Amino acid sequence: MAETVVRHDIPSVYEPSLFGTYSKKIGMWLFLMSDSLTFGALLYAYSYGRISTAGWPTPFHSESIVNATIMTAFLLTSSLTMVLAVRASVQKDAKMQTLWLLATIACGAGFVILHGREWSNLIAEGLTLPMFPPVPGHEVNAEFANVAKSVPQFPSTFFTLTGMHMLHVTLGIVYLGVVALRKKFIPILLALWLIAWLGTPAYSPFHYGAHVLLLSAIVCAIILWLKPKVYDASDVEVAGLYWHFVDLVWMFIFPLVYLMSARI
Amino acid sequence: MVSHDAHAHAAPQGFIRKWVFSLDHKVIGLQYFFLALAAVLTGMFLSLLMRIHLVWPNASLPFFGEIKPETYLSLLTMHGTIMVFFVLTTAPQGGFGNYFLPIQIGAPDMAFPVLNMLSFWTTFLGFLVLIAAFFVTGGAPLHGWTGYAPLSALPSAGPGEGLGADLWIISIAIFCIGALMGALNFITTTLDMRAKGMTLMRMPLTCWAWFITAILGLLAFGVLLSAGILLLMDRNLGTSFFVPLGTVNGVLTGHKGGSPLLWQHLFWFFGHPEVYIAILPAMGLCSQLLSVFSRKPIFGYKAMVYAILSIGFLGFMVWGHHMFMSGMSPYSAFAFSIMTMGIGVPSAIKTFNWLGTLWRGKIRFSSPMLFAIGFVSLFVVGGISGPFLAQPVLDIYLHETYFVIAHFHLIMGVASIFGIFAATYYWFPKMFGRMMNEPLAKAHFWLTFIGAYAIFMPMHYYGMAAGLRRYSQGTEVAWINALAPVQKFISIAAFVTIASQLIFVINLFWSMKKGEKAADNPWEATTLEWITATPPPHDNFGGVTPVVHNGPYEYSVPGTSKDFVMQTDAAVEAKH
Repeated sequence: MAETVVRHDIPSVYEPSLFGTYSKKIGMWLFLMSDSLTFGALLYAYSYGRISTAGWPTPFHSESIVNATIMTAFLLTSSLTMVLAVRASVQKDAKMQTLWLLATIACGAGFVILHGREWSNLIAEGLTLPMFPPVPGHEVNAEFANVAKSVPQFPSTFFTLTGMHMLHVTLGIVYLGVVALRKKFIPILLALWLIAWLGTPAYSPFHYGAHVLLLSAIVCAIILWLKPKVYDASDVEVAGLYWHFVDLVWMFIFPLVYLMSARI
Repeated sequence: MVSHDAHAHAAPQGFIRKWVFSLDHKVIGLQYFFLALAAVLTGMFLSLLMRIHLVWPNASLPFFGEIKPETYLSLLTMHGTIMVFFVLTTAPQGGFGNYFLPIQIGAPDMAFPVLNMLSFWTTFLGFLVLIAAFFVTGGAPLHGWTGYAPLSALPSAGPGEGLGADLWIISIAIFCIGALMGALNFITTTLDMRAKGMTLMRMPLTCWAWFITAILGLLAFGVLLSAGILLLMDRNLGTSFFVPLGTVNGVLTGHKGGSPLLWQHLFWFFGHPEVYIAILPAMGLCSQLLSVFSRKPIFGYKAMVYAILSIGFLGFMVWGHHMFMSGMSPYSAFAFSIMTMGIGVPSAIKTFNWLGTLWRGKIRFSSPMLFAIGFVSLFVVGGISGPFLAQPVLDIYLHETYFVIAHFHLIMGVASIFGIFAATYYWFPKMFGRMMNEPLAKAHFWLTFIGAYAIFMPMHYYGMAAGLRRYSQGTEVAWINALAPVQKFISIAAFVTIASQLIFVINLFWSMKKGEKAADNPWEATTLEWITATPPPHDNFGGVTPVVHNGPYEYSVPGTSKDFVMQTDAAVEAKH
């Protein structure tokens, strides 16, 4: 049997697959197609709001833009480490594969942490949604508060688009963690949940958002119970597809939401 | 040798792994089927309450008391939602598709069995959440199955728009996730797991229909998911995607800047393909049955495949025709109108091919065949009002009337249901190993067929006479009041038709236990599900993988001893 790992020979009892590749990969591409329509609908809602609103605000100062640029750098770096993880998996280098996957997770976590900090600052400064509780003991920035009041579509679209993307990055971290460490990742996930839950104040959206981690821990535990298998190179490659897609989505959100709303 | 080994799994032991958390596509198909059966009985019961209320608005019913107008709107909403999502989407695709797609292409299971199980249980959870909306404070929502904003976006907009509406949206979102998992599983299975010799152009038309339906679902449900998330945010986080500045009962809503049209665009971008998600599997099945029971090859196999493809493609181009009334540039309306009428072309190709298949066939009028012919009839009659509604000038007059109700119930509702009935009668022997009772089935067919026309044909006239839809009663409006006898006729027809569905339910459960034992191939059909045992073993073909030599419709081939040639028999294609 040939030991080329990423290309899997299709058993001859089947017709050759239309795309000459294995099922998992086709499944992931199909998921990404539907997910791009999900994001497409959100971007459509954003464009719709932006075009139909006279005087769309451009409130992001250089501080926000610099922060978002660093976040972008984190994500782009994570794409590189992901590619290296896939290469290590093809070369059957289990140790390097795990290390590069963990590096990817670290970059993704850096992105989420920076993003979460930015959200918290914006909410505290008044660029917020009506149902987010006010942050005690923080001075409201008059300009942001005015934007939130006069063009509610601005914070609405901002938090929806970036929030949905943040959710995807978070789930990507869970996904890569399970591929890298399997069962051992579940306790880590639960620890992360507790840190994110107990470490954030009750008025923060992340206080409740942290439960996403608990929910994913439960789902992952069920899936690992149903299919307790060792992940091979194909699983790393498929996980990589997802991760690169999430990066690609950010490459739409960053210019549309940040750069086009920068104060020049 | 990694990829396909992953699909194989040992036959499960124990009740829970075998019947509850089963990974076997056949069990999952049955689970979907019975979920849809529970849903259709619920939805039908709601329509019974609605029909009573429309004629006797002040009647006091046992357990329910008098139905209030706002309760009527809740019934209407829940009837539509249950029927569209949990019956028309669930039974033909999730139920029969799950059971028979892998068998018909010669695969041992779906490509992703775990995902398949998750998609069923997700759908089931969605159904429970939807039903829960009946039992919360305020009751079920009243914004219709289309959930138009701002009504659906404002908890203060009416009874049922509080927690009930939240549950409705969450249920739809859960359903979307389940449908997406199912869709990508169907597509991957069709692309990757066809038996040797089962080229795409040798697939039965049922498989083509399930395949294209899955593609439509994959592309449509993601958009509805987004729309649902935005709507939930409008309701619970105070955003204003769909709500413009305005008041409810003189109180400012606190929203501004949103657009109800945005909801309509997102919803109908999903909603129109959804119509084809409901009808395409029935079309595929009908093609199959007309060929089997006419003992003739399907007329124009390739044309049928291309017609399914183009209907699926055009389905994404026409969502605007639901919005002519909402205000639209005449240029856009013209484009949507032309595209919509364009769908008439592949639809007519299919219809003529069905008629061509029947032409000079040796027709066997078994119950599946009766329902398949009934489907063609309903499809034509329901479809012919489509070109009327596709024209903005006529649609503006007809859109808010019962004419639209008649149109979509005939073509999307009853026609698809006929597909489901035909599939049940046709595949019941394979699924349960027994035949259904034929005289009962024929009685069921005639009562349902005549009943469906008696209900929905008068609605066309009611609509053309400006009988407005969504009104719970027309007693205050002189011209609607004058049409009351028509409503009464429709209601009585509906009672008879609903009652006759009991024949089906009784036949179904009685035949499972007491029906005559079925042979492996009782209909003398050619496709792969009929070469295997009844019911099929865990891996479908008992450890062998079939090799396919023929197309799916080799009936009455000259020079053969029988009048049908199995797909696995020696090749005959060269002979004709």
